[in-house]
Amino acid sequence: MTAEIGHFSLILALVLSIFQGTIPLAGAALNRNQWVAVARPAARGQFLFVTIAFLSLIYAFLTSDFSVANVAQNSHTLKPILYKFAGVWGNHEGSMVLWVFILALFGLAVAEFGNGLPPTLHARVLAIQGLIGFAFLAFILFTSNPFLRLDPPPMEGNGLNPVLQDPGLAFHPPFLYLGYVGFSIAFSFAVAALIEGRVDPAWARWVRPWTLAAWCALTVGIALGSWWAYYELGWGGWWFWDPVENASFIPWLVGTALLHSSIVVEKRDALKSWTILLAILTFSMSLLGTFLVRSGILTSVHTFASDPERGVFILGLLVFVVGGSLTLYAIRAPMLKGGGLFAPISREGALVLNNLLLTTGAAVVLLGTLYPLILDAVGGGKISVGPPFFNATFVPLMVPVMLAPVVGAMLHWKRGDIGSVLGRLKIALSIALIGIVATGYFAENIKDLLAAGGIGIGVWLIFGSTVEISERISLFRGTFSNSLRRFARLPRSQLGMAIAHGALGIMVLGITASSAWRVENIQLMAPGDIASVSGYSLKFDGTKKIIGPNYQGERGTFIITKDGKKIGTLNPEKRRYPSANSETTEAGILTTISGDLYAVLGDERKNSAQGGSSWTARIYFNPLVAWIWIGAILMAAGGIISLTDRRHRIGPPKTARSPNKNNNKISSI
Amino acid sequence: MKGNFRLTYFIPVIIILTILAIFWSYLSKIKDGKSIQDLPSALINKPTPVFKLPGISVGDKGFDSRELTGKVTLVNIWASWCPPCHVEHPRHMQLASEGIPIYGINYKDKPEAAKNFLNNLGNPYRAIGADRTGKVAIDWGVYGYPETFVVDAKGQIRYRHVGPIMEDDLTNKIRPLIKALKTK
Repeated sequence: MTAEIGHFSLILALVLSIFQGTIPLAGAALNRNQWVAVARPAARGQFLFVTIAFLSLIYAFLTSDFSVANVAQNSHTLKPILYKFAGVWGNHEGSMVLWVFILALFGLAVAEFGNGLPPTLHARVLAIQGLIGFAFLAFILFTSNPFLRLDPPPMEGNGLNPVLQDPGLAFHPPFLYLGYVGFSIAFSFAVAALIEGRVDPAWARWVRPWTLAAWCALTVGIALGSWWAYYELGWGGWWFWDPVENASFIPWLVGTALLHSSIVVEKRDALKSWTILLAILTFSMSLLGTFLVRSGILTSVHTFASDPERGVFILGLLVFVVGGSLTLYAIRAPMLKGGGLFAPISREGALVLNNLLLTTGAAVVLLGTLYPLILDAVGGGKISVGPPFFNATFVPLMVPVMLAPVVGAMLHWKRGDIGSVLGRLKIALSIALIGIVATGYFAENIKDLLAAGGIGIGVWLIFGSTVEISERISLFRGTFSNSLRRFARLPRSQLGMAIAHGALGIMVLGITASSAWRVENIQLMAPGDIASVSGYSLKFDGTKKIIGPNYQGERGTFIITKDGKKIGTLNPEKRRYPSANSETTEAGILTTISGDLYAVLGDERKNSAQGGSSWTARIYFNPLVAWIWIGAILMAAGGIISLTDRRHRIGPPKTARSPNKNNNKISSI
Repeated sequence: MKGNFRLTYFIPVIIILTILAIFWSYLSKIKDGKSIQDLPSALINKPTPVFKLPGISVGDKGFDSRELTGKVTLVNIWASWCPPCHVEHPRHMQLASEGIPIYGINYKDKPEAAKNFLNNLGNPYRAIGADRTGKVAIDWGVYGYPETFVVDAKGQIRYRHVGPIMEDDLTNKIRPLIKALKTK
């Protein structure tokens, strides 16, 4: 019964989305207030029906209702409850329901918190959201219905792919979708502004919190995905330039550019048409990512169940959403009048540089991802682009992106003085140079020298951001209590920005150290053998049979000592999942601030003589690798701090009311 | 408004629509009965490319295309940096344990990384050739990683599989094909 309720709710949501997507648009164009007023209740109804559908699907998974085909194909009674729950979005149909659920949630949020918006803009934004909702609901109902019944129902389900049964991956899709779908709000605002023909600083201020929230979620989502790859795939890497990884990384890059360019619209009333374009492109890249993953057009680790039929539908959807919005842009954007002028060396200039490099980076990743398809389509033969391409093209582009933020954040608007900024940054500059010289001194090859440069960049970002904040609160230049007072009054957006830039530095250090100085040790070990890696000794204590809820396997034990003191154990596992007939490796990882000890069990070899057996053990020391994810999480935290900025809490000043004095004074980001 | 009409603003939509058109041509090819997994290969029913590749590290046995005659074989093109190769690996181990000869071409890989992969997950291959430059993969017309070819006893390519081999690929395509080729 619940499956039918869910199915029916989706149909109701689809019908409602037609009204939400058309009547407010017409009302805004024809000046009919009653039509405009349809938008808000429609968005609420949309949320209600999609929520009912989503809950019905969750219910079917939690109760293992195998008469629902989707549950039978993707769940199993023995599966732990977390994965029954995560199984809801661990498959194509369910993940699309999650997609529209998050879309409806954002729609509701805009409906409820959009009181300060001009009524027509508000209605148009909600209408565009409604149209996107319509497209996806139609996609679900016509090609990917999650509520199809099976008759007769099977006794047992097929189970979820074991590689995907993991806490990191259980929460990876919801965060990614929060990011992807969150960018739909910026998209809707951009399209609504194009229809209205007006983009001003107030517009930028309305869009900003949504963009920021979506960006934070996407950052966390990508970090979770890469963390999963690190400990689950079992060979110590954390980023593979896999098409599906790229599909989430491209919107992140364009979204980051959008985050920065919208500041210029908000503060200086410039770069309007560019910012609108970025808002459209960010969401378009999210959709393109969904298409690449769901159509099976690119083979990748994530595309376990792909279907070209669906690809045609999503492609139509892409033409409608992306083609439509970009055509609207082409017609309307030339009308947008540019605002403030600025010199090349200025904060605007730095942000433009950031934008150019980030979008070029996104284009390079997109090109690398699609190149095999494009070349084949024009008859140029079949080739493939692996990590070597991305390392050679993308990484160099990112070097100036990493160098600029600290300087850019300290430049003045309109016209800056780079000499004086560098003068104020001399402490950070010297620490970065010391970092380069200190690591470069021990360099044995070119790779080490490049790594020294990476360390310098990381240190520069961390200390540069610190210097920037200390300057603003006059640390060491007045009394400490004065600095503390200034710190308390520091705009949150300023603090958030410095944290995010510093976090980027932490991440750069992690990436550099873990890729340049990783140590590995592979050896055959019998119980009692000792391996030593980077000053740690690992004593192999044999393996034990283990039986999990839906798997069996072996768990090894390594006892770690350093300088004669025991500091922990590693328990790598090999698991066999009978219901899916496959094996996974679970790495044993001990995370310390200086690096991770990472052990994986390989093959077992019976020693015929003693009757015991020895194992191929791979043990890595990955220096500073945890810093990559610490950096990513801090970056998102910086975004969240910025989100609590006063100007977002009180909303944009209304013209009727005289703006708050303090609020008016915030001249920084 | 007409005075504001500018062609440069149409560049984004033109680029995007071009990309989408390419996707469409791909999808329509797939719709014509071909699944993306069996992308048309010009090599079907033709002899395999002729090559001689060295082993992964010095002293290892290499892979000579002359070994591919006299029996039904699988040729798998893989790399340690390719996640789907990890995914399909248990199936290769399974096939190898059943006595089906699998040969590997290790594409653009670091020797240490490839060795790690095999030490950790097991080595299903009769012989492995290290295709450091990727030239042999081009001869095979490889599009993505991994790819697997079924070669008959005469050394002719009979089937091409793009992407990881999953359980149902084995039961529905590869096993029946191997069986049919063996009885011939």
